[in-house]
Amino acid sequence: MSRTWETPGGVHPPENKLQSMTQSIGHLPIPGTLVIPLHQHIGSPETVDVTIGQTVLKGQKLTTAIHSDNLPVHASTSGTVIAIDDHPVAHPSGLNALCVTIASDGKDQWIERTGIADFRRCGPLDLLQIITDAGIAGMGGAGFPAAIKLSPSNDKTVDTLIINATECEPYITADDAAMRGKTQDLIQGIEVVCHILNGPKRVVIGIEDNKPQAIKALRSYVQESSIKIVPFPTKYPSGGEKQLIYILTGREVPSGGLPIDLGMVCLNIGTLIAIKRAIVDGEPLISRITTVTGEACGVNRNYEVLIGTPISHLLTHNEFDENNCSRLIMGGPMMGFSLTSTDVPVVKTTNCILAPSHSEIPVDTPAQACIRCGLCAEACPVSLLPQQLFWYAQAKDQERLEAHNLFDCIECGACSYVCPSNIPLVQHYRSSKGEIRKANIDKIDADNARQRFEFRKLRLEQADKQRQAKREARRLVTEQARAASSTSQPGSSAADIIAAAQQRAITKKASPDQQKAKLERALLAAQSRLQEAEKRLIEATINGSTKQQTICSASVESARQKVDQAQHRLRELTD
Amino acid sequence: MAFKQISSPHGHNPQSTSWVMQLVLLSTLPGFIALSYQFGWGTFINLIIAVMTSLVAEAAMLALRNRPIAFYLKDYSAAVTAVLLALALPPLASWWVVVVGSLFAIVVAKQLYGGIGHNPFNPAMVGYVVLLISFPIEMTTWVTPISLLPEGVQHPGLWESLSIVFAGNTPIDGITGATPLDVFKHSSGLVVDQIYHDEALFNQASFAGVGWEWVNVGFLIGGIILLKTRIFTWHAPLAMLGTLALMSILFWDSGSSASPGSPVMHLFSGASMMGAFFILTDPVSSAVSNRGRFIYGSLIGLLVYVIRAWGNYPDAVAFAVLLGNFAAPFIDNYTLPRTYGHTARRKATDKGEDE
Repeated sequence: MSRTWETPGGVHPPENKLQSMTQSIGHLPIPGTLVIPLHQHIGSPETVDVTIGQTVLKGQKLTTAIHSDNLPVHASTSGTVIAIDDHPVAHPSGLNALCVTIASDGKDQWIERTGIADFRRCGPLDLLQIITDAGIAGMGGAGFPAAIKLSPSNDKTVDTLIINATECEPYITADDAAMRGKTQDLIQGIEVVCHILNGPKRVVIGIEDNKPQAIKALRSYVQESSIKIVPFPTKYPSGGEKQLIYILTGREVPSGGLPIDLGMVCLNIGTLIAIKRAIVDGEPLISRITTVTGEACGVNRNYEVLIGTPISHLLTHNEFDENNCSRLIMGGPMMGFSLTSTDVPVVKTTNCILAPSHSEIPVDTPAQACIRCGLCAEACPVSLLPQQLFWYAQAKDQERLEAHNLFDCIECGACSYVCPSNIPLVQHYRSSKGEIRKANIDKIDADNARQRFEFRKLRLEQADKQRQAKREARRLVTEQARAASSTSQPGSSAADIIAAAQQRAITKKASPDQQKAKLERALLAAQSRLQEAEKRLIEATINGSTKQQTICSASVESARQKVDQAQHRLRELTD
Repeated sequence: MAFKQISSPHGHNPQSTSWVMQLVLLSTLPGFIALSYQFGWGTFINLIIAVMTSLVAEAAMLALRNRPIAFYLKDYSAAVTAVLLALALPPLASWWVVVVGSLFAIVVAKQLYGGIGHNPFNPAMVGYVVLLISFPIEMTTWVTPISLLPEGVQHPGLWESLSIVFAGNTPIDGITGATPLDVFKHSSGLVVDQIYHDEALFNQASFAGVGWEWVNVGFLIGGIILLKTRIFTWHAPLAMLGTLALMSILFWDSGSSASPGSPVMHLFSGASMMGAFFILTDPVSSAVSNRGRFIYGSLIGLLVYVIRAWGNYPDAVAFAVLLGNFAAPFIDNYTLPRTYGHTARRKATDKGEDE
């Protein structure tokens, strides 16, 4: 047994995991249409590479990369692209986003797949490229591109690979089901990652002790190998990356840092299986295991679901009773977000669809006043003082919020869960974080604007100074000249000045020959413009609209007038 | 069909604030029973007057402040304030004493500061201190514990008690007397052994002081219930009791005439246990972090001893708690817990990034 460390706080909400584990992983019929959002990961989206009406094969790339943090998306089945437009997607904001809609042809025909059975012969960079091309984003929740996590960095070496098999959220059993049903794939995925990481010293699978069957299944595969399985007591939120790292190693990821700062990489079960499939089978990430559960569903079960499958498809195949459903949640009850429509598709990070009944998750009672009882601080896994954060969030005291480490809040919801006054604490923190981020952006903008303004002021001042200096110089010159002339010609009069001015005017005026040449050039240019305009008018009368014709005839008219003017001036000069 | 958009977490622990308050009320029961057994009907009458006054005052203030009355009354916080005040007041105190104390606690100390969750001072203790300063005679007249009543004298019955409280009838001789803390305050010339030998309050006591020891045991039992149900953490109460014990050991002075009393006497006399488990643990007016609550508790323990030993009042919990309330925001500033991923704890008034 390896030593484990206990995180502070945490809660024990009802687990509700058994109901979805009575059957093995199921498969659903291919839906008629699949809606594939272009942006399913952290990082910028790619550009669409298909057109409406185009036929696509299962596994075909739908996008091309423009940035290094791009991840492609793929067609989850074969069919025809019928739309590329905004569609409701799985996002807490409830906003729409650009999606490719595919009408499936039912054949489910794959592209050519080239798997690499002996991946150990390939270099890490080649394998990472395959993982990127397969569109693999962290499937635990955040959707961070897996290849970026695994990429070697100059100054940091990975000595510990942590496999997150915790699945601490109630109701969700997708990873549990995968560990039991796809154990071999998972182990192979771990081997691929170990190869990419050049053989980390420690490989640890962190798993809560409420999954004994998964632990048994894993043990049967890893007895001989160097992979350590570390079960630890069930407590929410042990599955947060930072919490898990502390539980398994006793070390803390620095605030604002990443596990790589400690020489660690943490990967989720689903991600590892996807990596195995991408490398060994040559299959991009087009499906995932999703738990469909909650009392509003007659059947509670895990499914291997195609990415892009509308939630409504999942629900109708699970005896969904809409009237008995209090809310529709993507993810678990602690951190999942509510969906407003069943049209949204399953994405790479969709580990659970929870449709609770009214009695299961009733409507929240109104919030009472905070009595600062401190139950929230007892529950906080990162040792914040939620009651103080709430106080300052209400006061919009951003300085105090930051001093109380608001940005270390992982939004696990443990504080809200235990709050006897039923205050939606996490919601307050999210909104405060947003306000502070916006204030910071505004501050940068304001700083930029101020800098620009100050620079402009400086530039104008300098220009002004230069002008003054020039003026001063001229004044000196004229004074000197005047002084000189007054000494030579004491009786200098206005007549002299006028004569000098006339002289200057004459020299300034161009000679008649030059003027003539200039006017002739102008005439030629005007004539050629007239020709152009006439040509366009003819074109417009043949195939243009009446509006175009009017515009063209007007421009012909004005060109003709210009030609007349030029001729007139030339004649004046020559006469 | 469109579903509701609701922020996570979905679902909730069934514990509610009114449940917390009800549990606190229930946990005062052992202390209440001990008080009633030792001192008669007075505490019960205090309780009824205080609760009724407080609820009426709370409702009236809520109405004036345009707040939903039923919603706030259901949180039981006014009832808790009333019960704690009533348990602290001397039994058989005149009705107007209880009414004035309750009104001051609810109207001034609680509602004028913004109601539940916003009072910087413990309302019950504000009420108590106002009474103690304004009506010292009424507030220091305590009933004699049952076992020390003179031969043939009994505590007044319910009707008699009511007539004392409401009609101002004077109770018969011999049913009022000093408390253990009074005795120590006023027998400065005697060594502790002499006091224990002379005073019936001590020579007939089981371990601390007749009557009072059981009242404190009652509140200790209630406190342990609340500790076990995790209504509060051990930090404030244990720090207070620990500091009080430590101080009385340090200044025990081997029982000389200058000694302010033994640790056991201090822990089980006056409002020690009630203060530790029911007053200090009022979360609204105390420090917030566990570390902060430990310091807060220690400070109050220290102040209780200092006032008892060298101050003008025999008991000191109310004053000490109010002084602790003053210090709570200051303590909070320096006792933020170290957050995950940070190398050091921060101050609440820190500006900008740490480290």
